[in-house]
Amino acid sequence: MSRRSASVLAPHLQMGCESETAGPTFARQSSANPPTTVWTGAVAAVALLAIDPPGLGGLRVRGAAGPARDRLLSIFRTLLPDGAPFRKLPLGVSDGRLLGGLDLAATLASGRSVLERGLLAETDGGALVIPSAERIDAGLAGRLAGAIDNGVLALQRDGFASHLPARFSIFACDEALQDEQPPPAVLTERLGLVISLSGVGRHDLEVAAPRPDEIAAARAQLSSVALDDEALAALGQAAIELGVVGVRPLMFAAAAARASAALAGRKKVSAEDLALAGRLVLGPRATQAPARAQDREPEHDADQEEGPPPADGQSHDEAAEQDGNRREMAETVLQAAAAVLPRGLLDAAGAPPPMSKARSAPGRAGAAHGSKQRGRPIGSRPGAPDNGARLDLIDTLRAAAPWQGIRRRAAPTVATSPRVLVRREDFRIKRLKEKRRTVTIFAVDASGSAALHRLAEAKGAVELLLAQSYIRRDEVALVAFRGSGAEIVLPPTRSLARARRALTGLPGGGGTPLASGLDAAAALVGHACRRGDQPTLVVLTDGAANVARDGAGGRKRAQDDATAAARALGALGARAVLIDVSPRPQERARDLAEAMSARYVALPSADAAQMARAIGAGR
Amino acid sequence: MLDRPFRAQPAKAVVAPAARPQFPFSAIVGQDEMKTALLIAAVDPSVGGVLAIGDRGTGKSTAVRALAGLLPAQKAVAGCAYGCDAGRPDPCCPSCAQLGVRPGPSVSRSVPVVDLPLGATEDRVVGALDLEKALTLGEKAFEPGLLARANRGFLYIDEVNLLEDHLVDLLLDVAASGENVVEREGLSIRHPARFVLIGSGNPEEGELRPQLLDRFGLCVEVRTPADVKTRVEVVKRRDAFERDRDGFCAYWATEDAKVRRRIERARKRIDAIATPESLLETIARLCLAVGSDGLRGELTVMRATRALAALSGAMVVTEAHIRQIAAPALRHRLRRNPLDDSGSTSRVERAVAEAFG
Repeated sequence: MSRRSASVLAPHLQMGCESETAGPTFARQSSANPPTTVWTGAVAAVALLAIDPPGLGGLRVRGAAGPARDRLLSIFRTLLPDGAPFRKLPLGVSDGRLLGGLDLAATLASGRSVLERGLLAETDGGALVIPSAERIDAGLAGRLAGAIDNGVLALQRDGFASHLPARFSIFACDEALQDEQPPPAVLTERLGLVISLSGVGRHDLEVAAPRPDEIAAARAQLSSVALDDEALAALGQAAIELGVVGVRPLMFAAAAARASAALAGRKKVSAEDLALAGRLVLGPRATQAPARAQDREPEHDADQEEGPPPADGQSHDEAAEQDGNRREMAETVLQAAAAVLPRGLLDAAGAPPPMSKARSAPGRAGAAHGSKQRGRPIGSRPGAPDNGARLDLIDTLRAAAPWQGIRRRAAPTVATSPRVLVRREDFRIKRLKEKRRTVTIFAVDASGSAALHRLAEAKGAVELLLAQSYIRRDEVALVAFRGSGAEIVLPPTRSLARARRALTGLPGGGGTPLASGLDAAAALVGHACRRGDQPTLVVLTDGAANVARDGAGGRKRAQDDATAAARALGALGARAVLIDVSPRPQERARDLAEAMSARYVALPSADAAQMARAIGAGR
Repeated sequence: MLDRPFRAQPAKAVVAPAARPQFPFSAIVGQDEMKTALLIAAVDPSVGGVLAIGDRGTGKSTAVRALAGLLPAQKAVAGCAYGCDAGRPDPCCPSCAQLGVRPGPSVSRSVPVVDLPLGATEDRVVGALDLEKALTLGEKAFEPGLLARANRGFLYIDEVNLLEDHLVDLLLDVAASGENVVEREGLSIRHPARFVLIGSGNPEEGELRPQLLDRFGLCVEVRTPADVKTRVEVVKRRDAFERDRDGFCAYWATEDAKVRRRIERARKRIDAIATPESLLETIARLCLAVGSDGLRGELTVMRATRALAALSGAMVVTEAHIRQIAAPALRHRLRRNPLDDSGSTSRVERAVAEAFG
């Protein structure tokens, strides 16, 4: 679509971006004062993406929908080359529409196979907008990734084998909230630039946007911009200090720095360009807060000793100076990145450790699994429409289409021949994908040892989680153990009111029958698995057992029983978090968590909100 | 029903995959475990494929695609739709049977490295009715699919853990039997489909089915290089490649040729390489210790160590070869132990230490 028609659709788009030539250009403006506000950073990001789409892949815009995002999107659109396709990716897009395949109508009409190009091939040379990137599933992201990586769509569908050009940039809107599952990593890792639009005010939007001709000039310049080894090493150093995983981010950072230099009309990447790369590429990917400058010094010396000796003719001073330069540049990158570090990175002490890799596989909202009758259609497969399977009419016709000539020839005498001859082999049934329900099972230690005031906090946390689960339509169950045994206080339910009532009435005090509590929790976990639900177990305890399985007292036997019960729980393979509620973190609680392969979280002085957050992060 | 004998058609006219040169194999920085595993698969396809898992953006697919440019050419029966070995034509191949002449003329072709994209439909994977012929001529002809094209070569699946279940089912069967069977409305085709399965992916996005995992002989873990220098070198080479593909490839051509010769020499040598009886016992003990089920683990270690010995110019398999192969050959075959959450690699290493202890 041309830029003119774009502006018809969005008249406000013209304001600011097509600024009169007398005013300062964006490039000059940005080189004079590097982007400092959230908004100027965002505008710079779309400019860079428009300059080097293959080098940067795409942009991930975090934050809620709003005028800022709309404005950014329309600026981006003006910066694309004239006539470049600008398409939106529907969330539930079918493979046929996304990748292409047999054009049924045209094939039947013309009597020869006609290929219908899919959305990705149609977007070649332009941009693809993903409206709710956090909602797309890994399978769709994987299909996108294949096209992004090669710039070519490998089509192997409906009898067609072809490779169609599919070079496009991606503008992904990520509206995931803090405690929600982010978009699939298989997509986000291919989007070089990441910005957040939170905190942008209305007056911010008045800043001049770059003009298309500036972008075109920068695009032409791009290949002649030099990025020397020093600068690249500085980016690499910064990436390591920020704990950025993978080499791809470094490639993106290099591309961003180059594009930034090209936009400013520089022939060589400068410190400002590196800073921008740090801010738009490396910072948002940080997994650790960088150490403070003075803490880094010794390590930096060691690094220098490891390096090769200075080349001939280069004095040691020069080498040291070079190294100093690199350090200084890395510092610039880190400073820029510091402005956009992911939240929670800085108060690392309070933040829960990252989830163990083995457990992170299924999504929070419940892993999707195949179903015959319920869920979202994800394609079709050959099969008869019985046992509740639903016929996919279009795909059935598509399967029958090529055979029409052959079948007619085989049975030419059938006078009342139907228009389309469909045989049993043509039947295609819908493949549906159903989200699994998530059940959160709380096992709460209500004994005397878990101190009564902690019980109140635990109740508060459970109540908060309950509210969250209610929003997500998850189920909650509650097991309490005290005195001589465990009790399922609340079987899996979605009723908030019932859960709250059960909690309020929960008495405390008495011995700690930990083993019985864990056994009861294990029963609930097993039950949930058998129903096809996905259980998450949250155990709140101090790990000190003094009542054995059979209800008898005795610390030693009770503890052994508890460990055995924990092992059995761990063998079920459910996701689990153990919250140590004792005033001081206990070794035995940690051991218990290990035995049931649960994540251990110590919350010595936690309030309910903090506890709820810790559990939320563990799921 | 059949009005004329149908014949297998070579895959229909396609827009050729952009014939741009691929990143050269020898220019890949580090990642030795992955590169070695791929070379082993190239020397002895019976090792059973390579699965590369681990950090994103570490050049997993680059290495696989680079392998395509490296492999020595192979001789195929001229005109055979499945590229049968000219020296050893498959008696079951329908295409060769049709050609009739035996031994027929042969052609030299590059080893196929076929991509199986995630959104592929079943008919393109296993082969199906030739659409064009059916529609225009009303003729029933079989059009071979990707499995046919991959015969005697490599089948590569990027993001293999995202591959849909019904495609995995197809692969499991064919990968085990080496034969593809298509039965549909008068089409009855059975053709050889022996290929080396190569997969890459990140299991964090979804676990691989254990049955599919088991089809891979070797499983390599790739990690992001930890030091600045290596990372910078990776970016620099990639950049140089993007700027001048032909020049870059020409620069690395000699190195690639060396690796190619290494593969060729290793292939000639491998049949003569012996594994001492004592080491065979060690291998058996090792597999027992990690609890790998069945003989697959043992066979893989034996074959892979032989290929490794051949690649490194040794005449016999030694303890060092076993030490090197143990982790990639066994880490995906460990018995799941919920009570031991240490990484699979360290568990294999522990078993190796005990086996040689």
